[in-house]
Amino acid sequence: MLDGPGVVAALKRQGVTHAIWIPDSELGTWEGAMTAPNGLQLVRVCREGEAFAVAAGLWLGGQRPIVIVQCTGFFEAGDALRNILHDMHIPLFLIVGVRSYYLHQEGKTADSCPVFTEPILQAWRVPYVVLDPRRHTADDLAQEYRRALDEKRAGAVLIAE
Amino acid sequence: MLMTQQQALEVLASHRGDNIVVTTMSSVGIWPQFSDSPLDFAYIPSAMGHAPGLGLGLALAQKKHGIIVVNGDGCMLMNLGSLVTLTQNPANVYLVILENGLYEVTGGQKVAGAGRTDFAQIARGAGIQRVYDCDTLAGWQDASAQVLSGLGPVVVCLKVEGRIGQKTPKAPRPMREQIARLKEALHIPCS
Repeated sequence: MLDGPGVVAALKRQGVTHAIWIPDSELGTWEGAMTAPNGLQLVRVCREGEAFAVAAGLWLGGQRPIVIVQCTGFFEAGDALRNILHDMHIPLFLIVGVRSYYLHQEGKTADSCPVFTEPILQAWRVPYVVLDPRRHTADDLAQEYRRALDEKRAGAVLIAE
Repeated sequence: MLMTQQQALEVLASHRGDNIVVTTMSSVGIWPQFSDSPLDFAYIPSAMGHAPGLGLGLALAQKKHGIIVVNGDGCMLMNLGSLVTLTQNPANVYLVILENGLYEVTGGQKVAGAGRTDFAQIARGAGIQRVYDCDTLAGWQDASAQVLSGLGPVVVCLKVEGRIGQKTPKAPRPMREQIARLKEALHIPCS
């Protein structure tokens, strides 16, 4: 199961220092764990593209940030992602909540978010995996982070919602 | 009489101390006249409007150097929320807004709200405590030492002459080289 305390603990074990985020209703449940005394350094921003920029600055300064946003904000952040991953070659790691993922799988929603999230990640050349919080664990998430770190590349996990 | 961007940046250069200076757009082309330090970072190619975020991240990452971000008014308009983010996450960021009312690097078209937008008021409204507004070179010369010392975040709005017919400037060196140079200056291993 993916929950806040588990995710925070797993990311901290991987050396993650900061989480820059604009949460959605699912990822937002992690906030208590993020802000706990043994949590990550949480950086609240106003727009998702800004999250990428702050993370880039942290990386330049020697930290290990991750970006946590919903897919809607990820769509908005395209120029920042393009610049930071592909012009600056900064290998950021993202956690992206995919709204209506399950309903889309069942054909029960007209929400276009799950239609476009994966194709857009592919277009921006960001390797990703989809994690199902009902059967994946924080260690699965941490493993994807570790893999991206070891391969010195950007990466993303999509959290099905 | 408005100061030129050269004049504004020359004053900045004389008071930057050991702060990191992040330049964007027009200032990228001018800053090398005054400085070629490893602590200079020409943020071009850039993500539109995101230099304040980059500067904030750098400031949060290390405490030794403050971060001076030289932004244009067009860039600010693309990310006004960054002023709130600077308040939310206090750090030694000194945000210099060069106001010329133009998108210079695309030839000199007017920005939305040119001549009407009060960036200093917006910064105050966002919760920035230290906000300065300089319309003249003499005013900037008088204020610059105070502006660039003490704790951030700081916002200083400088009214400068616009230039028509400019082209997008180029960074003095490739991005990879800039990053390596900055990291070396900060004693951070390249990864």
